Amino acid sequence: MNLTKIDWNIMDKVADLHNVPTGAVNIRLNGQAAIRRSTPNVCVTNSPETGGLVVEFRAGVQGEIAHVPVVLSEPGLKDAVHNTFIVGEGADATLIAGCGIHSGCHQESRHDGLHEIIVKKGGRLRYIEKHYGEGEEDSPRVLNPTAKIIIEENAHAELEMVQIEGVNSTKRVTEAQIAAKGSIKITERLLTTGKQEAFSEISIFMQGSDSNAQILSRGVAQDQSRQIFQAALVGQDECNGHLECDAIIMDQAYIQSIPEIRAEDARAVLTHEAAIGKIAGEQLLKLMSLGISESEAIEMIIQGFLR
Amino acid sequence: MLELRNIGLTMNDENGHPKEILKKIDLKLEPGKLYGITGPNGGGKTSLAKVIMGIYPQTTGEIFLNGQNISALTVDERAKLGISYAFQQPPRFKGLTVEDILTIAAGKKEPRAIRKKLREVGLCPEDYLDRNLGTELSGGEIKRIEMAQILLRNSQVTILDEPEAGVDLWTVQKLSNLFMWGYRNQPDKITLLISHHEKMLPICDEMIVINQGEVQKRGSTQDVWNLMKDELFSKNREQCQGEVGV
Repeated sequence: MNLTKIDWNIMDKVADLHNVPTGAVNIRLNGQAAIRRSTPNVCVTNSPETGGLVVEFRAGVQGEIAHVPVVLSEPGLKDAVHNTFIVGEGADATLIAGCGIHSGCHQESRHDGLHEIIVKKGGRLRYIEKHYGEGEEDSPRVLNPTAKIIIEENAHAELEMVQIEGVNSTKRVTEAQIAAKGSIKITERLLTTGKQEAFSEISIFMQGSDSNAQILSRGVAQDQSRQIFQAALVGQDECNGHLECDAIIMDQAYIQSIPEIRAEDARAVLTHEAAIGKIAGEQLLKLMSLGISESEAIEMIIQGFLR
Repeated sequence: MLELRNIGLTMNDENGHPKEILKKIDLKLEPGKLYGITGPNGGGKTSLAKVIMGIYPQTTGEIFLNGQNISALTVDERAKLGISYAFQQPPRFKGLTVEDILTIAAGKKEPRAIRKKLREVGLCPEDYLDRNLGTELSGGEIKRIEMAQILLRNSQVTILDEPEAGVDLWTVQKLSNLFMWGYRNQPDKITLLISHHEKMLPICDEMIVINQGEVQKRGSTQDVWNLMKDELFSKNREQCQGEVGV
């Protein structure tokens, strides 16, 4: 299956790929595996139960990277996957996911992805997921990712989830369970414009002693777009958790932020901070006093905020 | 030449009532001079600076730079024309780095100029270029980075709004030296140094006292300094005598 210029442009946006990468890879194009490769350290296969992709980093491997981008460029396609990603005991892995849709018609293009992520004892995972849409302004592009994450003892995961632009509707659900001495850091960045809608729900259950979780959410809503961010940190043992959600609201946009911290154990230490506000006038004037226009200053502030 | 003609500024106070901040200010500021702007808190110094930069639109009057009426120009247009303003309390930016903001200030200058100016304000580029302008830096560090931006811009008109506020005594001395060498006796430069500090004001060629929205005094640094001291001491004496009388 050949990838077109449009497909490669999407690959560039969601995974910084201009060629087929070396190492383990699975490129899903319009509902099918277009390119797949395993390596001695990373096994890429299909699950007989779910039919979805299984990527497994073998125990103890260090510095391994796998790319698993999804591209939808066929008009009106509705794609659904149930993937499993496993980081073996003591392994150190990076997984670059991401999904992009090109849509040039009025039919809805949609990708629903369920990712089960298991980081085994002492393992470390860096997970990067970028979402992007392009094409006709009024063609519906829908991305609904769900991640169910299990962090075993002494394991760590860092998730960076970004929605760059062009996704009309998204419902993101992220759920994690952290065992003793395990930790997770989730950074989510969302930019919505026009009439786009984004709903994100993150729930982390710190189940083991000395577990740790951090959620950092940054959102920018422009025009008439809507964002709802709902996050819960639940401490069920001796643990530390911090939740931070900041958003910039512009034009006639709507943002709702619902942070929740819940302690089910007296040894849990949980904190949160949340803020929604427009770009401060002083910030704009400061940048303009260095000789850039108001629109350039706004762009710079937003890019910095979402970086 | 920077000329302010009949500049007035009226703004609403916290109760929504109009308040006259600046009253009919006329000033002619010549190139080659470093002007010290001083006066009591709330007298209108920062407001005057912000009117010159275009941050506050004047209610009355006009501003001319080299004969060009700049009264209607926006902040960025004035910046491009050669006016710079170092904020008294520079805003913080989540996500932007020291390098980001210095790169804008540097314009088309070479990247090594950024490093040079950071060193001049006493900050090591290796330690600071990647730092976030959010909450990672102290007030004094933010202030020094503000000064590095101003030095990089090297504009025809530079307004420094209390550069000493929030920085340590060693840095005040360092900044004072920098301003003396960088802005004094520069034939094409007009510099306004808003300050109350004894290390800053003596380096100025001329002093302008702004009080209650008006130019109260203008003259050589020594003359105005002496007058102010006399006035201040006599007021203090009167106050003390009054208190003893009560």
